[in-house]
Amino acid sequence: MLSIENLSKTFDKMKVFEDFSIKIENNSFHVLTGPSGCGKTTFFNILMGNTSKDKGTIFWQGEKIDHLGSIAAFMQQKDLLLPWLSLFENAMLPVRFGSSGYSTQRVKCRELFNFMGIGGFETFFPSRVSGGMKKRCALARTLMFNRDVILLDEPLSSLDTLRRYDMYSLLLSLQQKFGKTILMITHDIDEALLLADRLTLVTNMPMKRKQTFSSFPQKPRIFSDSKLTRLKEEVLANLEGTSAI
Amino acid sequence: MKTKDLIITLIICSGFLTIWEFSCRFFNIAPFILPAPSSIITVFFFNYDLLLFNSMVTFSEIVLGIVFSLIFSVPLALFMYLCPAAERSLSPFLIASQAIPVFALAPLLVIWFGYGITGKVVMASLIIFFPVTVNLLEGFKSCETEYINMFKTMGAGSMDIILHLLWPWALPGFFTGLKIGVSVATIGAVIGEWVGAQKGLGALMIQANARLEVDMLFAAIACLTLMGLFLWKSAGFIEKKVIKWK
Repeated sequence: MLSIENLSKTFDKMKVFEDFSIKIENNSFHVLTGPSGCGKTTFFNILMGNTSKDKGTIFWQGEKIDHLGSIAAFMQQKDLLLPWLSLFENAMLPVRFGSSGYSTQRVKCRELFNFMGIGGFETFFPSRVSGGMKKRCALARTLMFNRDVILLDEPLSSLDTLRRYDMYSLLLSLQQKFGKTILMITHDIDEALLLADRLTLVTNMPMKRKQTFSSFPQKPRIFSDSKLTRLKEEVLANLEGTSAI
Repeated sequence: MKTKDLIITLIICSGFLTIWEFSCRFFNIAPFILPAPSSIITVFFFNYDLLLFNSMVTFSEIVLGIVFSLIFSVPLALFMYLCPAAERSLSPFLIASQAIPVFALAPLLVIWFGYGITGKVVMASLIIFFPVTVNLLEGFKSCETEYINMFKTMGAGSMDIILHLLWPWALPGFFTGLKIGVSVATIGAVIGEWVGAQKGLGALMIQANARLEVDMLFAAIACLTLMGLFLWKSAGFIEKKVIKWK
């Protein structure tokens, strides 16, 4: 289990979070949602060790750690693909600097490309492929980190609706296949409801946990499911009072 | 260059030379004021060995100047990027170096390095140094922190980040600087030769000027122009080969 306790951070006298705590079950898909600019990205940066925290403790499988730098892979809003490398070379980057066997990982990466529907585009430069393919490649690279936890910071925000739905099913099948612990930030309530095993709503700055929803219908979900509709109404009602999403 | 663009360029050049030729003949302009293109071509034809030898001297000075300036500008730009305090301290000197006219430095360089090739190489490299350093530094600075953080998360060390992220990231900036540098490098070398040299196109121009051989002067200018174009095109060619992803 990943447990974050009493995390606090202040930037220029502005409290970003104050005693923020959250627990994420192993192999679960946990979604964090809340108003824009409430500090969710800063939260991920602190988790990854890119930004220092003022106070708070992080526990991974019961063990206290400084940050998730060596445990988690982080996929950001931007695909962060290097334009001078092919899609395959981009996906293989974590292996290049890691310690695992390059040739074994190449096979795994090829399989991943086929599984994600970008097989055959390995040698293409990012400038030559669509936004959706870039996202798939970025997701493949995130998986090539071979980390137990995956942090997704609005990874699908730049995609159009059709590509987004395509990616939802891909994300779900990837979670099923690899059994990772996923923590995702999104502003899209529908996206959260389709993907989450647990959904945590947070307040505006200072970011605090408002409510966690955990009883969701079985995946794959459809919007016409009456339980999902009721949940959506409940989530939206809970979001009232915080800033606009 | 596409065939269409090449044809347009050739048409413009031929048109310009034709107007020039006819103007010289029609207005009966004295050859020591403005020689006709035909007489410049004649000079080329009868003095090609002299022009080629002196062009090679100037060309060597420029190429050595490019190499010499890169040896200093690349590490300096990287150092200034990695150490912002150094950038703040060194930037005024870099800008001041551009405020000093190259002409003012030429006599000093002759005193320090003599009439040989060294002074001209230093002069050319001084001219190339600034655009390469500044553009490369800007290239390094344009690399977003998210990429650096991603590399760190992957376990990449400082050298990995420099070689596999910062350097390729800054390459377009580097080539922009290099192209600007090589196209003006001829100025440095020629000014150095004007002030004191026995060979090179600048020295040839000084001699031709003293003898009122304006056609030879124009032939030397044409050689310099071709040299500048060749260097600029070469830098562009290497850029295309290196930056394949654009």
